[in-house]
Amino acid sequence: MWQYILSRLMWIPFLLISVAFITFFLGRFGPGDPIEIMMGTKYDPIVAERIRSEMGLDRPIISQFGSYLKNASQGDFGESLRYRGRSVSDLIGPKLIVSAKLSFVSLLISILIGLPLGFLIAHKQGTWIDPFIVTISVTFMSIPIMITIPALLWIGCLKTDLVPCSGWGGLFDKRIIIPALTMGIPGIAFMIRIMRASTLDVLGQDYIRTAKAKGLNFFTISNRHVLRNSMIPIVTILSFALAGILGGAFITETILGIPGIGRFSVESIFNRDYPVIMAITLIGAVAFILANLVADISYSIIDPRIRYK
Amino acid sequence: MNNSNGHFKTALNRLIRKKIAVVCIIVLIVIYMCGLFASVISPYEYTAQDYTNIKKPPSIDHIMGTDRAGRDVFTRVLWGVQNTIIITFVALITGGIIIGVGLGLLAGYKGGKTDSIIMRIGEISSSFPDILLVIILAATLRPRVLDFVRFLEDSYNISGLVKSGIADYLVVSLALVSFGWIGTARLMRAQVLSIKENQYIESAKSIGASTNRILFVHLLPNAISPLVVSITMGMGALIGTEIILSWLGLGIQPPRPSLGRMLLDGGSISIIRNEPWLLIGPGIVVFLMVLCWNLLGDALNDVLNPRTR
Repeated sequence: MWQYILSRLMWIPFLLISVAFITFFLGRFGPGDPIEIMMGTKYDPIVAERIRSEMGLDRPIISQFGSYLKNASQGDFGESLRYRGRSVSDLIGPKLIVSAKLSFVSLLISILIGLPLGFLIAHKQGTWIDPFIVTISVTFMSIPIMITIPALLWIGCLKTDLVPCSGWGGLFDKRIIIPALTMGIPGIAFMIRIMRASTLDVLGQDYIRTAKAKGLNFFTISNRHVLRNSMIPIVTILSFALAGILGGAFITETILGIPGIGRFSVESIFNRDYPVIMAITLIGAVAFILANLVADISYSIIDPRIRYK
Repeated sequence: MNNSNGHFKTALNRLIRKKIAVVCIIVLIVIYMCGLFASVISPYEYTAQDYTNIKKPPSIDHIMGTDRAGRDVFTRVLWGVQNTIIITFVALITGGIIIGVGLGLLAGYKGGKTDSIIMRIGEISSSFPDILLVIILAATLRPRVLDFVRFLEDSYNISGLVKSGIADYLVVSLALVSFGWIGTARLMRAQVLSIKENQYIESAKSIGASTNRILFVHLLPNAISPLVVSITMGMGALIGTEIILSWLGLGIQPPRPSLGRMLLDGGSISIIRNEPWLLIGPGIVVFLMVLCWNLLGDALNDVLNPRTR
């Protein structure tokens, strides 16, 4: 077990370096000269040349990449090209928190509605309720976000004036409702699907039949035998969902004017602000890779039958 | 082979008995035919402006209304659907099928070094948070691809390549490939790993069948049902990602119509208030496409997946 964890941990730096290299390479060979972006309309070739050599942009790309990695491993992601004098870490920090709050609420919506529904309809397999709920949830999942948001705005802001049309005010503000619903609704179908499959799997097991044969009542069987075992795959999904929290939502945040990491990534890609893009990619990748690891490890803790060699 | 025909025949029979699946197939056929034959069906040119009919609600002449430039929304939706179809199919065939299936087969069958290299590359490309890699690729590749197309045009004396927008199709498809291949590759690999232990593979090897023959005649046909399910289920997401790209302005460039662009233009508050048909027309078409692929995927899963049968 420890050996397994150790070998997985040793692989992480290599993964991150590869991710960083791909992003770095695409950034350098992509359109737009960073110096031109920095200087804006006051572009002067002589000054540009000087800044270039000061920043080390005239060195070979591999050596540039090397010094970037060295700084990044110490938490220094460099300076934004767009917002002069601001370090990337300073810019990203507050936006990460905004996105994390929003994603957390939307995740809560998907879990609180999705898991109980999935558990319930697995018991109703063979009746009309099961396909009905599944179809409804898939229908909701299939509405593209670019349509969900205007629709919710139309209901909540234009017709009834319940919530302001855009902006952000933190966790306990009315303005979180529309983005959280937008991001939470597609997740409901996902949670239902996973929970239903997992519960069905457990319901078909011999130990459930034994429990029924012993004459245990429905609630004991549900709680002690079915629910516990059917939650195992959910743990994996949840740890991935938690990793996604740092990713932000490109479209939701952009449309609704929420100052989160998703909107900032889109802005930075269009501004060719490569230090920012690199930092966002790396943070997201770290979160994803760690979540992957946590999922695998927690798997074996919850279910002692799973052993890694 | 007879047996496998029987398998698909029974699966098809079961599928036809599912009403939702049949409805979805019909809707998809209608939308795809309309998109493919946009040039025949569309009542107007997609750039044709009618200044006497600006921002008109749906009528007999313009069944989805007209936009701010007096262009027929229905025509533009048809052409937008065509673009989405072309791009998603190119990405599906190159990334999902050729690269994904090919590498998956190879990894599963060869094992050892080949396997770990392919799977590690997959792990790197899936370490990028959400669809950030797709967005970065689409944003940075465009000028390179455009240069390449210009180079082709100049050196082979072909005119109109740049104008035909082929660079856009290439960029978006290439970016989407990065998103699609790893899922299919993993699935294929897992399938091959379990199938290759069967005795008939050993017999084929012992009578001297070539690697290619074993891969494509013996392994692939036996692994095809889960592949069909996963591709059908993934089509909705693929279409969704294409629409996100064009929504961000990284897809097909104006004046060529794209669904994402139309959703962007139709999504603002003032348009929802005053000209909602600009969103409703393209919105319903996108929604139906994604929904039908998702529901069809669910139905195929029920029909083809031996575990849930």
